[in-house]
Amino acid sequence: MDQKLTQQDWHKINFQNFEKKLNGQSFTPLHDLRKQAITRFDELGFPTIRKEEWRFTNISPITRIPFKLAAGGHDPEVVSGVIEPYTLKDIKHTQLIFMNGQYVPELSVSRLPEGVRVKNLDRALQEDKELIEKYLTKHSDYMEHEFTALNTAFISDGAFIHIPEGLILDNPIHILYMTSAAGESIVTHPRNLIIAGSNSRSSIIENYAGVNNDIYFTNPVTEIIAGENTVMDFYKLQQESAKAYHISALYVHQMRNSVFSSHSFSFGGSIVRNDIFNLLDGEGSDSILNGLYLAHKDQLIDNHSVIDHARPHCHSNEVYHGILDDKARAVFSGKIHVRPDAQKTDAIQSNKNILLSEEAMVDTKPQLEIFADDVRCTHGGTIGQIDENGVFYLRARGINEQLAKNIMIHAFAGEIIKNIKIDKFRDIIDKLVFSRLEDGHLKQND
Amino acid sequence: MLKIKNLNASIENNEILKGIDLQVNAGEVHAIMGPNGSGKSTLAQVLAGREEYEVTDGVVEYDGRDLLELSPEDRAREGLFLAFQYPVEIPGVNTAYFLRTALNEKRLYRGEKQISAMEFLKLVREKMKLVQMDESFLKRSVNEGFSGGEKKRNEILQMAVLEPKLAVLDETDSGLDIDALKIVANGVNTLKSRNNAIIVVTHYQRLLEYIVPDFVHVLYKGRIVKSGDRNLALELEKQGYDWLKENVPAQAVHVEE
Ligand SMILES: Nc1ncnc2c1ncn2[C@@H]1O[C@H](COP(=O)(O)OP(=O)(O)OP(=O)(O)O)[C@@H](O)[C@H]1O
Ligand SMILES: [Mg+2]
Repeated sequence: MDQKLTQQDWHKINFQNFEKKLNGQSFTPLHDLRKQAITRFDELGFPTIRKEEWRFTNISPITRIPFKLAAGGHDPEVVSGVIEPYTLKDIKHTQLIFMNGQYVPELSVSRLPEGVRVKNLDRALQEDKELIEKYLTKHSDYMEHEFTALNTAFISDGAFIHIPEGLILDNPIHILYMTSAAGESIVTHPRNLIIAGSNSRSSIIENYAGVNNDIYFTNPVTEIIAGENTVMDFYKLQQESAKAYHISALYVHQMRNSVFSSHSFSFGGSIVRNDIFNLLDGEGSDSILNGLYLAHKDQLIDNHSVIDHARPHCHSNEVYHGILDDKARAVFSGKIHVRPDAQKTDAIQSNKNILLSEEAMVDTKPQLEIFADDVRCTHGGTIGQIDENGVFYLRARGINEQLAKNIMIHAFAGEIIKNIKIDKFRDIIDKLVFSRLEDGHLKQND
Repeated sequence: MLKIKNLNASIENNEILKGIDLQVNAGEVHAIMGPNGSGKSTLAQVLAGREEYEVTDGVVEYDGRDLLELSPEDRAREGLFLAFQYPVEIPGVNTAYFLRTALNEKRLYRGEKQISAMEFLKLVREKMKLVQMDESFLKRSVNEGFSGGEKKRNEILQMAVLEPKLAVLDETDSGLDIDALKIVANGVNTLKSRNNAIIVVTHYQRLLEYIVPDFVHVLYKGRIVKSGDRNLALELEKQGYDWLKENVPAQAVHVEE
């Protein structure tokens, strides 16, 4: 890399610095992979709106800010104060805390039964070589997905979870990624690997938060392998700084009769893109993808999903609700792919949006690619205002107009929130949403 | 209690009500009948404050106040209740929360203290018995997936909880089986008193056997074309509306009560 690097090449500068810090570890198979990934990213480049999958989402601001790799070394006491509002107070859980992408062991709490491995990836790279070799990057696609390539080039830390066969985990695992950039524009590439052994049950919460008005870029990739007969509830709460960029990819590989539920809540960020690649690779598996996004001012929230029905008798049910105010924009793209073998596929998809202002906009794009004949696929969507009939009905019972509108919006969000299975977490999300409502509009999160 | 004078209302420039006169006193039951599309629901919705309708002329006095000046919520808090012909489904809002919020908004307006969850539960259970609704409805979203009859019963439940001074029941009887009709009528009769009044909009004499009206009015093409006592309803049942349509007067018939 001898050519002169410009600001646009911040990732290259970062990679050089990253390599320097690796010392002796730059000759490992993992580092070979990183090098392949950065090379691939250079070939692909940052996606532009000329690419179909990025048609509605212009990420060029990200290319113009010289994001720096975050430095480590955090005072746990300081971090403890910063993360306080985002911790799950009354919920018994295991918690992994990351500050600016780096694991903070002092604040991480484990409440785990024997046999479950929950640790940071950096440590797992040393201790769990077999699993790492078998699974890490194997179910994600850095050859095609630009930001996954970028993430892969910088794999260093994140969450590593392995739930052994037959284990039922009662308490959720909470992974909190806190960013506090203190004036510096930093980038983090969290990498999560979650392996659920057959017949296991678990719930996992990914939580991305930031100090408001900090400008930074979070680029996480999560790979989930759901073994036979597993039941997994996966929650993602995105409440980044209003000026942050968040581009994430979730890869889910499901085996026979597994039931995977994803609950995605996107409330923060300036430009946000969430990709889900869900492969139903075992007969009789079930995928439930719920999503709720709130956007106001000039936020852009883009949710892309690809549900790949590769085997027969699988169900998928994807429901996303969006609430948009001011000049906010949302994109929903849901692809359902049914392979020739996947007979008796049952796929339902719906994307509904409420616009609270005249200028808010949604681009919604369902795509059905069906190569089997005995299938049932339905999709639908709506973009509209608050249901005026409902508002009038409430007012006719004495409920004031502002409250009536808030109730209607809240109820629309509630249809997604109600699917959260952890009661207290449901309350947390519910309160987060309700606290954003004011006179039938969205206000800033305090 | 309610005095409507020369009420004219239109929607999207279509004149629907063309000079309605009606007076309802405390303790009275009025029935409004009339063919489909004659403006019965429009009248009910205008009274409740639906903003899509434009009142182009006339006055409505309610309890000595100008009703048309009040917001829909204030009308409700002042004791006006409309049982909707088509109750609205509100997914995601559970019935208990809805009823309690409505009741508390009314209490707040009157300077009364908020009802506690316990007190509310006691109250609503009692009222549910009245309309023979199962308590499980409290946990369900307002009207969502309710059968036609259940929606109508839910309207009467709301009425029972809110205890209105003036209730307008817009075809609360349609779609009810005979048992449900008796339950609804019984609910209404229990709530009837010397101090409140009821307007029932209906197509059928059947309901009026249970809720006996003091006056019956026929609304046709936006006007009240005939008023009488309960025998008028019997006559309409036998003869239909044709005999009235033939001699629609240029000016609305105005019956002084
Ligand atoms: N938005 C609108 N634009 C034009 N006409 C309308 C509109 N809304 C209602 N109307 C008309 O107003 C008239 C009165 O309707 P209304 O619902 O008041 O009738 P109704 O007497 O309650 O009839 P029904 O017995 O069928 O319930 C109807 O002819 C209806 O088509
Ligand atoms: Mg009607």
